[in-house]
Amino acid sequence: MKTKLLTALLLGTSILGTTGMALADDVTLNIESWRGDDLTIWKDKLIPAFEAKNPGIKVVFAPSAPTEYDAALGAKLTAGSAGDLITCRPFDKSLELFKKGNLADLTSLPGMENFSPVAKSAWQTDDGKSSFCVPMASVIHGFIYNKDAFDKLGLKVPTTRDEFFAVLDKIKADGTYIPMAMGTKDLWEAATMGYQNIGPNYWKGEDGRAALIKGDQKLTDKDWVAPYEELAKWKPYLGDGFEAQTYPDSQNLFTLGRAAIYPAGSWEIGLFNTQAQFKMGAFPPPVEKAGDTCYISDHTDIGMGLNAASKHSEEAKKFLSWVASPDFATIYANALPGFFSLNSSPVKMEDPLAQEFVSWRGKCKSTIRSTYQILSRGTPNLENETWVESANVINGTDTPEAAAKKLRTGLDSWYKPAK
Amino acid sequence: MATETMAAEKRAKRPIRWHVGVFLAPAVLVYTAFMILPLFGTLQLSLFRNIEQSQVFVGLGNFRTLFGDPNWSVNFWNALRNNLWFFIIHMLVQNPIGILLAALLSSPRLRFTAFYRTAIFVPTILSFVIVGFAWKLILSPIWGVAPHLMDLVGLKSFFTPWLGKEQYALTALSLVSVWQFVGIPMMLIYAALLSIPDEVIEAAECDGITGLAQFWKIKLPLILPSIGIISILTFVGNFNAFDLIYTAQGALAGPNYSTDILGTFLYRAFFGFQLQVGDPNMGAAIATIMFLIILAGVCVYLFLVQTRLRRYQF
Repeated sequence: MKTKLLTALLLGTSILGTTGMALADDVTLNIESWRGDDLTIWKDKLIPAFEAKNPGIKVVFAPSAPTEYDAALGAKLTAGSAGDLITCRPFDKSLELFKKGNLADLTSLPGMENFSPVAKSAWQTDDGKSSFCVPMASVIHGFIYNKDAFDKLGLKVPTTRDEFFAVLDKIKADGTYIPMAMGTKDLWEAATMGYQNIGPNYWKGEDGRAALIKGDQKLTDKDWVAPYEELAKWKPYLGDGFEAQTYPDSQNLFTLGRAAIYPAGSWEIGLFNTQAQFKMGAFPPPVEKAGDTCYISDHTDIGMGLNAASKHSEEAKKFLSWVASPDFATIYANALPGFFSLNSSPVKMEDPLAQEFVSWRGKCKSTIRSTYQILSRGTPNLENETWVESANVINGTDTPEAAAKKLRTGLDSWYKPAK
Repeated sequence: MATETMAAEKRAKRPIRWHVGVFLAPAVLVYTAFMILPLFGTLQLSLFRNIEQSQVFVGLGNFRTLFGDPNWSVNFWNALRNNLWFFIIHMLVQNPIGILLAALLSSPRLRFTAFYRTAIFVPTILSFVIVGFAWKLILSPIWGVAPHLMDLVGLKSFFTPWLGKEQYALTALSLVSVWQFVGIPMMLIYAALLSIPDEVIEAAECDGITGLAQFWKIKLPLILPSIGIISILTFVGNFNAFDLIYTAQGALAGPNYSTDILGTFLYRAFFGFQLQVGDPNMGAAIATIMFLIILAGVCVYLFLVQTRLRRYQF
């Protein structure tokens, strides 16, 4: 079955590829991607914009199914039939391709200077010396709230943790709305929308993350246990039977207007805009005291690299430089609200909710999810364990200390930080 | 004398029976290509390890990791324990209910038997994905019909989000699986009950054995071989199970690995999950252990149970 699909895919792309070449004498660049959803955006907006400025270069966007992407790409790279441009998954999967020599070094690509070190971190070698993909987009964590509900109950958007819990208490006392729409059934909600959402404020974003990788901090340190202590306090504010509430359940509870606050990732914006019948707003994870520096999870999610075996690497580099430019960022971020450009130059976006999310970059410090770089390479896998333990903490089956201890023991068993 | 030599000549001239091989070939070839070769491939894979991009022979090293390294062994024993519980529920619930249903269906006074038979058997042919999704919805505390129905009969207080609670999730899923597969023991037993000759039943009736006593003393002993077959099918099916847990709870078999069975454990090890990179060698080691467990179970059945079952000849 799998191989059949694979051959079908390979056949399909090879036909696409040949028709593309037959069209013109121009150079044709093929883009490998798993984002089939973005096909129309590429075809109607991004590629025409590039081709208008660069006559002689044709670009074909050829996505494959997300679950097949890594396997199909691997097979094509080995066979030498992969496209010139390769959409990069963050961290280890792309790093592996770079180490195998499939991805070209892009450290000196014009346009790379448009990105901050955090933005580039997902596609760099561990020492940060070489970059191999142009960062395209990130997703930001925070809380989306039902503005109508807040107005009705006379609530103010919370900025500190005390205010946050006061708001939750008021919603709960009123009883019309479920205070917070989140479930623990799918596990990752608890970890991604919970722990990684509020955590950076405790471990001070990049500082804590770097210290953890260096080995200066441990997962049982106060800064890493405290987010679990806050998560444990969320339990009474979640809906009835949240233990069996799945991710789509949470989305529906919120968009149907039954819940007031939704711990979110910005990728929800597109869906929520079409489904919710009420006004929405967003706020970043509350800080301890008013005036504290805030930290947000601005997680690098998608990038683009150059196939080292490409026959048209000059043209492909031209394209990548364009991907690194503000022009691309503006089109991309507006076509896909919630997937934010990582470009340092600010991008003007139309969507108010997306604007709100991205405005936090100005006042807060950005970081990425703590478990993604380096720390999830071994067994037990830290990211998976974080899912399980975050759900346990909210369910009340593990104390924050016990959860942190399990994570630390698991990580220590294989991870020896370089001294 | 003459007949003897003729027979000897015949024996000597008997042609090689090519057709036996020809007829066997398709099945043997297909079975070898798709079952035996992969099986040995898996066994071989489990003896190697990927060290710096090349496969290195490590003997039983992977098994030592699996049983010796607490990062693997804790998960393995947990999965095995859960799998055993999964099997026990099937043996205690699915098979007795299957026998009961078959006994009821074979009662000559029951009407609409064909309808009941079909209705009970239909879930068996449904896809796991449909079953898992449907039951997830039925049991959902938010939109599910279960809390509402229980409310109607005043049992609302007994409802909890079963699939999300560590102590209930595995049992709930086992019962869902029982619901899906109860048709199979029912059909097999039903067929066995129908094949009991009328003379035996009539003789029993002449001796005054009727009703329940007839079931326990006459019919049950006669269907014991079928029950044995069902037990072994249940055993093999349960220790190979994967789909239902995967569709209902995901590959991490939450909450807190409480529904993790050998199949899901193997899946995570072999293919990886999220940031966890797949390790085909460790996966193959787990698959080998699963194969050995099932092999042991089948051997116990074949050599200890089946030989002692009395065969009735009619």
